[in-house]
Amino acid sequence: MVKITIDEKVFEVENNLTIIQAARQNGIHIPHFCWHPTLSVSGNCRVCLVEVEKMPKLVIACATQVAEGMVVKTNSEKVVKARNAVLEFILINHPLDCPICDEAGECKLQDYAYKYSVGESRFDFDKVRKPKRVELGPNVMLDTERCIMCSRCIRFCDEIVKKPQLVFTQRGDHVELTTFPGEKLDNNYSMNVIDLCPVGALTSKDFRFKSRVWDMSSTDSICVGCSRGCNTKMWVRNNEILRLTPRYNSSVNQYWMCDHGRLNTFKHINSPNRINAPMIRKEGRLIDVGWDEAIAKAASELKSYKKSEIAALGSAHATNEDNYLMAKLMNFIGVKRIDFLPHLDENNKDNILLQEDKSPNSFGAKTVGVKPETIEYSYQHIIEDIKNGKVKALYVIDDDIASNPGIAHVLPKLEFLLIHASNENETVKYADVVLASSTYAEKHGTFTNFSGRVQRNKPAISTLEHDRVLDNMSLSRLDRFGAHNDRWTRGIKRDTRATWRIINSIAAILGAKWKYNNCEDVFNEIAASVTAFNGLSYSKIGNSGALISVTKEQAKVRL
Amino acid sequence: MENQKPIIHRKDLHWWELFYIPQIINGMRITLSQVFRPKFTRQYPEEKWNPPSSFRGRPVLVEQNGVERCVACGLCSRVCPALAIDVQASETELLKERYPVRFEINMLRCIFCGFCEEVCPEEAIVMSKEFELVFRHQEDAIFGKDKLLIPADKLKDRLEFLRKNR
Repeated sequence: MVKITIDEKVFEVENNLTIIQAARQNGIHIPHFCWHPTLSVSGNCRVCLVEVEKMPKLVIACATQVAEGMVVKTNSEKVVKARNAVLEFILINHPLDCPICDEAGECKLQDYAYKYSVGESRFDFDKVRKPKRVELGPNVMLDTERCIMCSRCIRFCDEIVKKPQLVFTQRGDHVELTTFPGEKLDNNYSMNVIDLCPVGALTSKDFRFKSRVWDMSSTDSICVGCSRGCNTKMWVRNNEILRLTPRYNSSVNQYWMCDHGRLNTFKHINSPNRINAPMIRKEGRLIDVGWDEAIAKAASELKSYKKSEIAALGSAHATNEDNYLMAKLMNFIGVKRIDFLPHLDENNKDNILLQEDKSPNSFGAKTVGVKPETIEYSYQHIIEDIKNGKVKALYVIDDDIASNPGIAHVLPKLEFLLIHASNENETVKYADVVLASSTYAEKHGTFTNFSGRVQRNKPAISTLEHDRVLDNMSLSRLDRFGAHNDRWTRGIKRDTRATWRIINSIAAILGAKWKYNNCEDVFNEIAASVTAFNGLSYSKIGNSGALISVTKEQAKVRL
Repeated sequence: MENQKPIIHRKDLHWWELFYIPQIINGMRITLSQVFRPKFTRQYPEEKWNPPSSFRGRPVLVEQNGVERCVACGLCSRVCPALAIDVQASETELLKERYPVRFEINMLRCIFCGFCEEVCPEEAIVMSKEFELVFRHQEDAIFGKDKLLIPADKLKDRLEFLRKNR
């Protein structure tokens, strides 16, 4: 440990830190473009210049190690002047096309130019022209003119993904970012360079020109692409998700998320094939009905079968709360056949973030009770028993089981298939009652990731169940001030319900006396009754999640 | 005592004033003298007014070479104190890369403050001289690109005014 002074405040810090790290730990912000906490130091942007007493020149805070008795000034006259000069140099060739740049509003260069530069250029000549609208890969667009040569993206590919795909060519002010000959920026983590890029040089192809960042609200969420459960932010405008970005969590995903999760886990939520209301099959066709009718029908059908004729499938795509109530309802009816389908794919795993389990909550579903007591109640046996007629009614939540061809062909043998579904899918074709369930972006809940970390998921999209203001959802400026007759507040509000709430309604008709007002009540009951969850609560889980206590036995069920 | 109202002594009218007729004649004299002066009244719907170039009528989009100048940066929408403007950007093959695929101004919300014009980096939205706005339905008051796009030639006055007073 060494004692250093930054801006006349004395701090004790570890001695292997650089000045910028030491300052950051103690809440002092030193401006930087090229430095990033997880990447190697390159020291080429020069904007983190600070004055250190007894050093002849200004030094860069990102590459200077702290030493005993060091006195650092981050805002002295010399520093302010130098920083302004650096920004003036950077802005010499940076185009002033903020109006068409997607980064505007979350651009480091914009912020710093506003904060630290005097705002005037003495450069009268033409700016260097370079290619614009370059497709670097399937998901990333490059505007070479905007690049300030910080090399963060290059270092990310080299050091984090370990697939060197990007490189600088030329010299001086003609430096250009490009891919290696014959290569493309096509790794599965390529879109992280968009977040890393301090300016708008690298932008998302998918999100290109969709919305200005200040028009969206952002909600803390969890990615459901695999059992890693990367922390994300969900960006919403007009009740429609426009993009996902990773949210820092040191013990789950650091600063990153994969392209698969970023692009493929939210599009179904606003897709036209959403199921907007519950449906009942009448004369071979599914017909929209009201919730009361659908739930009454579901309950009376379940009642009409013997408990040995019913089977239930929970879901690794549903939350802990959903699965817990599913198990509790089956326990209440006396159904023994309960399990869920795993979604494993060996090829899905890599050694960065992706896991082989393609569903977010397998561990959680098992832990809260969606597991067969003995092997003959497992899902393989349930399928066999449907085939040989032992099981006549099947209750499935939030899982497209018929997408598995081995299961699809036995479904017609069922007398009654009750499902919760958010989108039109294969299983819906066989279903007798379809209860329109909310997606993960429309409900509260928790997911347990592969390592046993329970993480909160909050609604970002409002349904008829949720009101943006009254239910404390995140609001954009337009949400806050728009009136009901403004066009941008007229995004579709669907008549869907969270799975746990639907199960709760069915249970009420079947005679269970449960009292859950909200999702938190369900979780509190899980925390009280499931050993692994003891002592947990929504407030304890917070934004970064909390580990469940896992015994060796439970660790075995971990997928 | 201090709170007591001051006593106002009204001047009693002169007998000449009580007579009234001279006062009426005096009034008519003023009226008649006005009758023969030049008229200020405009026969409004028939006779239109051409406002000066500083006038802030309804905001319109400037059209140049058949396309709007607007690049859909959304600053007008951001600065609009009444939240009247809604812009949706999209990509174009043109050099400007970005254009508004949808641009709507809710004229029931618009307060004609001219902030949108002031903030626009492309001089693409300007206040026109039009001030006659009548709607039958709320929906009619939402002006899309079809109503907003006006060729630059027709907005010369305002564009010159803006350049002069920048």
